[in-house]
Amino acid sequence: MNDQTPPTREMREAKLEGMGCKRKRVEDVRFTQGKGNYVDDMKLPGMLFGDLVRSPYGHARVKSIDTSKAMKVPGVLAVLTAKELAGVNLAWMPTLAGDVQMVLADGKVLFQGQEVAFVVATDRYAAADGVEAVEVEYEELPVCVDPFKSMLPNAPELREDLKGKMTGAHGPRKHHNHIFEWTVGDKTATDTAFNTAEVSIKELISYQRVHPSPLETCQCLASFDKVRGELTVYGTFQAPHVIRTVASLISTIPEHKIHVIAPDIGGGFGNKVGAYPGYICAIVASIVTGKPVKWVEDRMENLSSTSFARDYHMTCEIAATKAGKITGLRVHVLADHGAFDACADPSKWPAGFFNIVTGSYDIPTAHISVDGVYTNKAPGGVAYRCSFRVTEAAYCIERGMDILAQKLGMDPAELRLKNFIKREQFPYHSALGWEYDSGDYHTAMNKAMDAIGYKQLRAEQLAKREAFKRGETRDLMGIGVCFFTEIVGAGPSKNCDILGLAMFDSCEIRIHPTGSGIVRVGSKSQGQGHETTWAQIVATEIGIPADNLTVEEGNTDTAPYGLGTYGSRSTPVAGAAIAMAARKIKAKAQMIAAHMLEVHEGDLEWDIDGFRVKGLPEKSKSMKELVWAAYNKPPPGMEPGMEAVSYYDPPNMTYPFGAYFCVMDIDVDTGEYKVRKFYALDDCGTRINPMIIEGQVHGGLTEAFAIAMGQELKYDDRGNLHGGSFMDFFLPTAVETPHWTTDHTVTPSPHHPIGAKGVGESPNVGGVPAFSNAVNDAFNFMGGTHIQMPHDHWRNWEAAHSRGMHG
Amino acid sequence: MAKSAIKLKINGAEVEALVEPRTLLVHFLREQQMLTGTHIGCETSHCGVCTVDLNGMSVKSCTIFAIQADGADVITIEGMANADGTLHALQEGFRQMHGLQCGFCTPGMILRAHRLLKENPNPTEAEIRMGIAGNLCRCTGYQNIVKAIQHAAAKLGGREYLEAAE
Ligand code: FES
Ligand code: FES
Repeated sequence: MNDQTPPTREMREAKLEGMGCKRKRVEDVRFTQGKGNYVDDMKLPGMLFGDLVRSPYGHARVKSIDTSKAMKVPGVLAVLTAKELAGVNLAWMPTLAGDVQMVLADGKVLFQGQEVAFVVATDRYAAADGVEAVEVEYEELPVCVDPFKSMLPNAPELREDLKGKMTGAHGPRKHHNHIFEWTVGDKTATDTAFNTAEVSIKELISYQRVHPSPLETCQCLASFDKVRGELTVYGTFQAPHVIRTVASLISTIPEHKIHVIAPDIGGGFGNKVGAYPGYICAIVASIVTGKPVKWVEDRMENLSSTSFARDYHMTCEIAATKAGKITGLRVHVLADHGAFDACADPSKWPAGFFNIVTGSYDIPTAHISVDGVYTNKAPGGVAYRCSFRVTEAAYCIERGMDILAQKLGMDPAELRLKNFIKREQFPYHSALGWEYDSGDYHTAMNKAMDAIGYKQLRAEQLAKREAFKRGETRDLMGIGVCFFTEIVGAGPSKNCDILGLAMFDSCEIRIHPTGSGIVRVGSKSQGQGHETTWAQIVATEIGIPADNLTVEEGNTDTAPYGLGTYGSRSTPVAGAAIAMAARKIKAKAQMIAAHMLEVHEGDLEWDIDGFRVKGLPEKSKSMKELVWAAYNKPPPGMEPGMEAVSYYDPPNMTYPFGAYFCVMDIDVDTGEYKVRKFYALDDCGTRINPMIIEGQVHGGLTEAFAIAMGQELKYDDRGNLHGGSFMDFFLPTAVETPHWTTDHTVTPSPHHPIGAKGVGESPNVGGVPAFSNAVNDAFNFMGGTHIQMPHDHWRNWEAAHSRGMHG
Repeated sequence: MAKSAIKLKINGAEVEALVEPRTLLVHFLREQQMLTGTHIGCETSHCGVCTVDLNGMSVKSCTIFAIQADGADVITIEGMANADGTLHALQEGFRQMHGLQCGFCTPGMILRAHRLLKENPNPTEAEIRMGIAGNLCRCTGYQNIVKAIQHAAAKLGGREYLEAAE
């Protein structure tokens, strides 16, 4: 281009790489060259390594711990046990769910893999040697791993620390292993709906215990500076500011003297929200030794101790008319939290947002109750790639819908279409208390059904079933239908907080004199590509090219306070804060432009990358010129500089939705399956970067596939974990993973500044029921109502066998 | 513990070092050579994030001792870029096709794909999927990794990359 030719509007627009474009990722330049900076890549002078001694038993009394031999191992410098931690009041720590958790075994162990002692040594090999040399004497106690047995009168008492305390953080406790009961809805009206129902179903639908398993495990590097009294912690933290506040509260180090830094994170999926004993031990060890201490979990430790997800056992009941109109929903959940309630839900929500269980349907009355219980299993209950307990809720209602359809003899898609909340009903108030902001379910469902050729598939399935009955084929065909509504973007301060911290998020933008700048945000990417997409939002808002904007997250000294990245909250909350901060910049630029062009502010209009006078387009000032003026010659009375901060308290959650279809063929004799087609239509409102959205959907679907078709953290009766390594815990490779077809509709969120809703977790929430429904749909013509997940080959074979399909 | 001397080539440069016999190659690379692009995800040879190229083979560096690499020719992600500093076709392919998210599996994936394309310069989708089955990714769902490798194969073969239709 000749320098004299003014760029066209299209060229100016394209140069911004703003919202809606498939901007290539900024992060990839370093990641593809091995120049990422993950926690374990860091090395500080004099750095020591910590490693944990863990319990081999599910439930046992710790009679003695002898560290003398370990202290003689070359390189070992210290061994911490609960005794040492008690000296600094840290033998126990608070959980985000209002419970307390042992940092190191205090008198007993409650699950296999529980942290017992922390060995500090000069390198990781010496630390491992030290762990081998610590001698712990245990006395085994009766074990309870089955949540259905945990509240029997004679069940062993797990939490002796709670003896006699019949009130917990969330109200009364009914039994020594009971944590809370949480109820929502109108019980009387719901009972009436069932008493008068023409048709009803009742099914126990279990969502097994699984694990997020990012490829990078949890890890940290703590460094205490004795002279300054300051603590620096680098760690795999999805919510670094929360970690800083918690660290200050429990250590009594003032918060301004704690520097929490989350560098690049190798995947999170909910695993890296909470605070774990390893972090506390590394911090204490650094204070004790005066040296930096690194702690890195190995894979077995990751699977067996930090953050399982689900373990929800849901009894789902739906009442309906014979014509298929739903009249009521009743769900009871038995929630297994393991040895400590270490959920990472907003504090007032012990079962997360499980009350989204009415799903996408106009259900006049509903009632849910959730009982949380302790068992001898790892603590947690994290939101593994879902907003809090939303994937459990979606699985419950979407399986329930299929079971109801089967009972009514109705097509499952037709039943859904019949009960959807209609477009004109939004904003919609659900029977369980949510205000759905927007939706257009019929349009999405019809588009999806056309795209997949739903009618033809059903015809093909019918023919196949006949052929099977005639003995002409041994293949079954299943069509999995799922229509989900998520609730993400926690959340409004009126109902969401974590340990009293309102769940806002924040952004600070500084534009430098020459027209480039830095955008600092309270969220924290773990692969979502925030460095790329956040700049796109700002670029569109203020007309500065995304390439001229640095995005920084994760350093609590420089980033404004934010509640972090999980529950698909980054786009709905931080994304809104970014747009609002950018609008403050733009407003200041407008004042400067008015001054420079000698017109009234109202006479100006925004034009891609600057302001122009309405009706006189040749009279204009580009953002670059306006920024320079802000530093060079601001209008009289105006402060110089170009900075803005926004803390955004969302007025409501956002409600992304989608229609997913899975077509699967199952071999009756081997139980092997093949996913013939998977089609995912998502509506996440305004789309910031379609390439990244598609990538998120692919990844989430793959995780959903893993959960539905094979993942399970199973414990035997003695509390031994089966599935504690990648040998036993199913992570699909490229060979098993199906091909994904993605599609979308766009229904912008009416209350979000840019209309975006969040998407990262939709595919997990919607994917699991789609797979599970496909398997169940393949078998249900031979009887039975529900086959429990995971649907591995063995369970499929068993399903066939129990239905008499093996002759 | 007594240390042994080893001599090997890493990314084209001669390296001499002292290692404990039990030191894993991955720890040697990351902690002694400060080549932290090679990652650790399981230490049980399942995940493949530690994959390097050793004497023309893809090797999981968590499952071999540094001392076994004595005399070897090792390539890590830090040695993949072209001599002029531009990105290797695979690095470029991963970026163009959005073949990475958190980036933790990426170095291992690229090293594995590098060997795969040396052995089979024009693989089918099924061959790529089978060829990278020793490398897990938790973020991408593999579909774009397959495309990234196809993109690189086309570039290395002097062909134009054509995205397969849905
Ligand atoms: S770390 Fe080597 S295969 Fe996982
Ligand atoms: S990009 Fe995160 S594991 Fe592959």
